[in-house]
Formats: sequence, structure tokens, C-alpha cells
Amino acid sequence: MLPIDPAKKNSFQRKICDGDLVIVYERHDVMKSVKVCDGSELQNRFGIFKHSDWIGKPFGSKVLSNKGGFVYLLAPTPELWTLVLSHRTQILYIADISFVISYLEIIPGCMVLESGTGSGSLTTSLARAVAPSGHVYTFDFHEQRAASAREDFERIGLSSLVTVGIRDIQGEGFPDEFCGAVDSVFLDLPQPWLAIPSAGKMLKQDGILCSFSPCIEQVQRSCESLRAHFTDIRTFEVLLRTYEVREGRMNCGGDNEGASPGSRPSKRRLPSSSEGSNGKETKGGSVMAMARPCGRHNFDWSET
Amino acid sequence: MSESNPQNPRITWEGCSVLLDINDGDRLVFARLSPSSTIKIGNKKCCLSPLIGCPFGSLFQVETGPKGPYLLRLSATAAAESDHLKEKDDSQPTEGTNDNRSLIDNNKAQSLSGEDIDAMRREGATGDQIIEALIANSSTFDKKTLFSQEKYRLRKQKKYAPRVLLRRPFARSICEAYFKKHPARIGFMRVDALSLLLSLADVSAYSDVLVVDMVGGVITGAVAERLGGTGHVCNTYFGVTPYPMDIVRIFNFNDQICGRIVQTPVADLCSNQENKIEHFISHENTSSLETQPDADERSLSTTCILSDDAILEVQSVQEEISNDSLVKSVSVSETFISSGNGTSDHMDVDPCSTKSLDVIHEENASPVLKTCKSVKPGRQASPEAIKLWKENGFTSLIIAAPDLDTWKIVEELLPLLSYSAPFAIYHQYLQPLATCLHNLQTAKMAVGLQISEPWLREYQVLPCRTHPFMQMSAFGGYILSGVRICSNKPSHQS
Repeated sequence: MLPIDPAKKNSFQRKICDGDLVIVYERHDVMKSVKVCDGSELQNRFGIFKHSDWIGKPFGSKVLSNKGGFVYLLAPTPELWTLVLSHRTQILYIADISFVISYLEIIPGCMVLESGTGSGSLTTSLARAVAPSGHVYTFDFHEQRAASAREDFERIGLSSLVTVGIRDIQGEGFPDEFCGAVDSVFLDLPQPWLAIPSAGKMLKQDGILCSFSPCIEQVQRSCESLRAHFTDIRTFEVLLRTYEVREGRMNCGGDNEGASPGSRPSKRRLPSSSEGSNGKETKGGSVMAMARPCGRHNFDWSET
Repeated sequence: MSESNPQNPRITWEGCSVLLDINDGDRLVFARLSPSSTIKIGNKKCCLSPLIGCPFGSLFQVETGPKGPYLLRLSATAAAESDHLKEKDDSQPTEGTNDNRSLIDNNKAQSLSGEDIDAMRREGATGDQIIEALIANSSTFDKKTLFSQEKYRLRKQKKYAPRVLLRRPFARSICEAYFKKHPARIGFMRVDALSLLLSLADVSAYSDVLVVDMVGGVITGAVAERLGGTGHVCNTYFGVTPYPMDIVRIFNFNDQICGRIVQTPVADLCSNQENKIEHFISHENTSSLETQPDADERSLSTTCILSDDAILEVQSVQEEISNDSLVKSVSVSETFISSGNGTSDHMDVDPCSTKSLDVIHEENASPVLKTCKSVKPGRQASPEAIKLWKENGFTSLIIAAPDLDTWKIVEELLPLLSYSAPFAIYHQYLQPLATCLHNLQTAKMAVGLQISEPWLREYQVLPCRTHPFMQMSAFGGYILSGVRICSNKPSHQS
């Protein structure tokens, strides 16, 4: 997933090999991770895809099924992984992830603690940020969940950067061996205030802690606990609004032919016949790409 | 963090770049620490030398001594104590019996006069003593609610005992500071938008990142920070003049990191497509007489203005550098206004921005400072590197060029990107990105296309006083992101 291994670095020269992990892209909201295995097949609503057809093609290629359907094969990134990983818990999404990485000021070489591991969505981005010389120690008290996360990190090639531990951080705190040695700590726990005193001990001077909570009551209790051990405490609500773009025809009035804006609910499926016609005058009305906000948004709190 | 100085990067050193947060963000100053550098707070000029060798995160208070004002470092316990005082107030957040019914706005509540305070100062009273005296002589202080008493104390503290917080200049704090004080300089890019760009473009160690950075170098710097001295950030430009990237110098980058920041004209990256480039440049330099789609026309005409701006900015940067060796302390707002002329209105749109974000550069280039400058960020990319990028492609692309035609840049640069490589494009306006997304989709150049708008709200969280901050920017820009796909057609299509 990361270009630490020069052989896996994305390049015009790089071809899909047996054993590679690929993200099979059907649509922007339908993707799946697949381990390429010569002799295997992928079956979906577009038909049957032979893995052997994929080997030797560049990443980013369009591949065909027996029925002539197609998907794209993409190289995995932490962003794509977040969209395809199996949800064993509620996960963090890109807006939160990118904000947390920035505020924790994580750069290559940093040592980072995380609890809980959950489904490992944030962990992959933490690993990317500390690579090549840093390390992420992530803890979850759920044995099976920790094991699954460990398998995932192995599968996506991050095990040299991430160590998964089984530990109840709220109850026991972080292990003493990390005392004063850590650049940043991330908490995503139901009662983060229980872990904050321990997190404070782990951090180097001027180290940064971020706690992520969905409820303002949790945030309030965390802030109270933080005030005893930290300065410069800030609380943010982060969310991402996405836009859908479609081609709209603006008529000059009178002529009712053609679709009126808003009549096509299909998301970002544009008539391909109109190639290059953006902005051109057609049939007395002008056609242009128009954007409007999509319906649903996630939101959450975080603090540093 | 310079190589000749393998010291703790969490402690400041001579020649180190720092962010000074004065009075809780009221004023933000970028400074370079040297024995002779000074900062003016209110009407007091303080030497910055006490800051050298202190850990980042240290808090200082302006005190007046026999030799004039100086910065006194508050011990961690003293800072914690004052916090603890607040804590005590907090622990009994009674809504209280006090309210504002008995407060009359007749300007007579304070019995200490300006002369009294000056006299106290002459007698060597500390800021804290003056504040206590002001409280003791305020006839209304006791009638205020606890919360407004705290506010009063804080307001007086800011005036009579200003505090300076020593902070690390990281992409996060630099972007926040510019967004707060000079948003136009960084294309109104809020820190959450910058963070998203870095994630969406999959920036990581060993990446080869192609950037079009017309936002002062904040993207170039942020990418270099994430690369940590590996890979490359290739800052490319249209035409012959590189875009200014003076913000990069605010980061404390060592030689290794600086060496990874290179510049190269677009023409060199796509030398097999010369016709195309000339076409583009002719657009850039002449006002567009040809018929263009509406949205494009506007951005093309601003392009002409911008190319002038860019040159002016480069001059102002050079001037700034030469000032380094001439003047002891320059605030950047002055530098820009005096040398920028035409650029100043482009940069200082925000009326409150004029005074509060300063960059202090120092003479006395100390040995450390010199080593910092030995590898200048932004050298021209080597022909070998360019050859390698042509063969392998870049691993990601980030564009923030508010005044160029987004679609034209993308059409030009996307073919330089490896297959399956992600890209992220920032724009202050939605329409250029919508047009670009539409065109990318129609030309089947990319998948996973998405336009997102980050949204951010900061909260004050205090017992009984939790609320969103009142003055927040409701706008942080838009991002178009996607993944380049492999087409069997020739890699460049017009």
C-alpha cells in the first residue's frame, strides 16, 4: 500500500502480479478489495472476471468479464482501504482522519499510540504518516478484533509499521515502556477521560493528544480531565459535504424540450454523447456542468 | 533540526524558525531566533534571546525590569497554577446571583487613572500587581458574574502582562496562522482543506508528488513535511517564472528535506508536447480573445493579472531575503506593502490582516542559520529526476492554482501521473471544479471523482459555557479528487 517498498511503488512500469492486493472499482460507492490469485475468479453483477486476465496489466486498468461487463483495478491507498474494509466497529472517515493526522502533527519517524484499534481505518493513515522510520502501537481490549486488525495490516503490507496490542487502555492505561517516549496519542474510547492521565505520561514534552468522541457530554468530561494535564485544549467539529455534478440544460424559456434541472436523480451519470459540449450553445439553451450538495453527511467531534 | 545540529527538535536553537502566539492568538508572529532579534508587543520592544534553548510550548510573559521590558519564561507550575485558579472558579459554576442589572456604562467604575498605572510601572510593579490593583479599584468587579470576572481578568492580563506562547511552525500551525491573518495569501485554504489534500493525494514517504502551488508555498511545505526527506515534491509552473514559495522557509526544514523540494517548468516535464504548452502560455499572456466557455473566460483574464502578480511577489521575496542582511527586524506586512505595491491588495483583502501576522527575519546569520540555507529549497529539478518521472510517472498530483484554468492544468498534467495514482485539486470556487470533473468523466481519464467541501467548527468547551465559537470562517474551499485510470489511447489526448 505504501511506496516504502520500491517494488510496490506506483509507476508506469508496475504491473499487477499474482498475490497483489487490488481494489476492484465498480462505482465510486461500490468497491471491494481482492487478493490476486492466479486461477481464481471474481464474480459480481457484471459477470465473471478471471484473475489471470489481470496479471501483467498496469494498475488503473479496465478489465472485462465473460459477459463484457467491466471494472477498474486500482492500487490500494489508505483512502480506498477505508472505503472497502470490513466494519467491525464504527470507523473514522476521511475528513476526520485527515484532520486528526494534521493536528497530531505526525511526520515520518514519529512514535504514535492509538486506542482502540477498532476496524483499523485510522491506523492505516497513521502508519502512512509515520513511515518509513516511525511506528504505530495500537491497542484494543477485544481479542478477536485485535487479531482481525493484525491480519488486515499483514494483508495490506503495513505490519512492519504497526503493532497491535490487546489491552484495556481505559482500565490499565498504556504500557509503562512508552513513558515519555511518544510524539502523539489518539483516543477513540467510550470514556476517554479514564485514559487521559496515562496518555499524558506517555507523551514527550509538547506532545499532542487527540480524543475523538461522538457526544458533547463525552467531550465535556474529557476536557475537564485534559485541563489538569494539558494546555492549548481545542475542540472541533469536522464534517465533509460532497457535491454531485451533472450536466444541466439551461433553456432560455419557451422551449420545454430536454431535461429540466433536478429531474435526473441519478448521481453523476452524464450523457456521454455530449463530449466536449460543456458550455456550448445547443438547441437554444446552454449546457453546463452544475454541482449541488449530496444528501447525507457524517459529523463528529474531536479535540486536541 | 539542521544536520550540523543533531539536537532535540522540540527545543529551540539559534537560527530556528518559531511561531509566536501572542495573547492567545490575538497576534501571530513568525520569527527566526537570534541573539539580536526583537519583537514589539504593544509599545514594548522585547529581545527574543530568552526564547533560545527553550522547549516548544513554553509560555512567556512580558515584564518590565531595570533595563526595560523583557520576556520572562513562566514555569510550567506557574502556568498550571494560573490554570488551576480558573479551575477553582470552574468547579463551582454557580450561575450566581450576580447579573448586569446594576452595571451602568458611565466610565466611572475604574478609579485608577492612566497616570496612577504609569507611576506603578515606574516603581517596578509587575503586570500581575497592576491587574490586582485594577481589580481592587474597580467598583463593579464584585458585582460581575464569575464568568465575566474571569473575562475581565483575562482582558487586563492581555494588556498589562501580555503572554507569548512559543510554538512549532508545522504545516498545521502555519496554515492556521495564515488563514487567520492573511487568508488571501494561501488562497483561503483552511487547515482542514490542506489536510484533506494531503490525504486524498496519498502523500507519504517516498512519494513523488507533483504540485502546482500558487498559494505561497504552503502546499509545497506541507508535502515536504510529510515526505520527511524522502521522495520528491516537484513544484511545477507554467511559463518561465516559478511561483513564490516563501512560506516554505518558515518550516524548520533540514538540508535533507530542502533537497527534496525542487522546481521545474511544466514545459520540461512534457517536452514531447510542446505545441500544447505554447498554446497554453499564449493563453496565459494574452487576454483571451478566442471564444471560451464562460467559466474559463473569467479565470483566463485573471490569469493575466496574476502572472504580473507572481513576478511582483518574487521581487518582494528577494527583497525580503536581501533585507535579511540589512535590517535587524522587519515585519512582513511592511515588506510586502512597501515592495509589493500591486500585490498588496491581492494579499491583504482581509481588513484585520494588516497588523497581526508578521515574519521577522534576522541578520547575524549564525552558523546554524547558514547551514539551514546551504541547501535552498526549490532548486531546479535535475535532468535525471525529470527523466525518471517521465518513465515512471508521479505518484500523486496536488493543484492549488486559484487563478489558472483548472481544467486546462489538469488536462496538461494528468498524463504525467502514474496509472492508478490519486490527485486532489483545491479551488476557492466550486464551478471550475464542477467543470473539470465533468470533463474528466467525459474523457474517461479518471474514476472515483468527487467534489468535497470540508466543514469545520471550533467549540469553547467549559462547564456551563460550551458553545461554538462566534467568529468562524464558514468557508474553507472545495476539493476535487480522483484516481487516474489507464487508457489504451495515447497518453495525451487533446
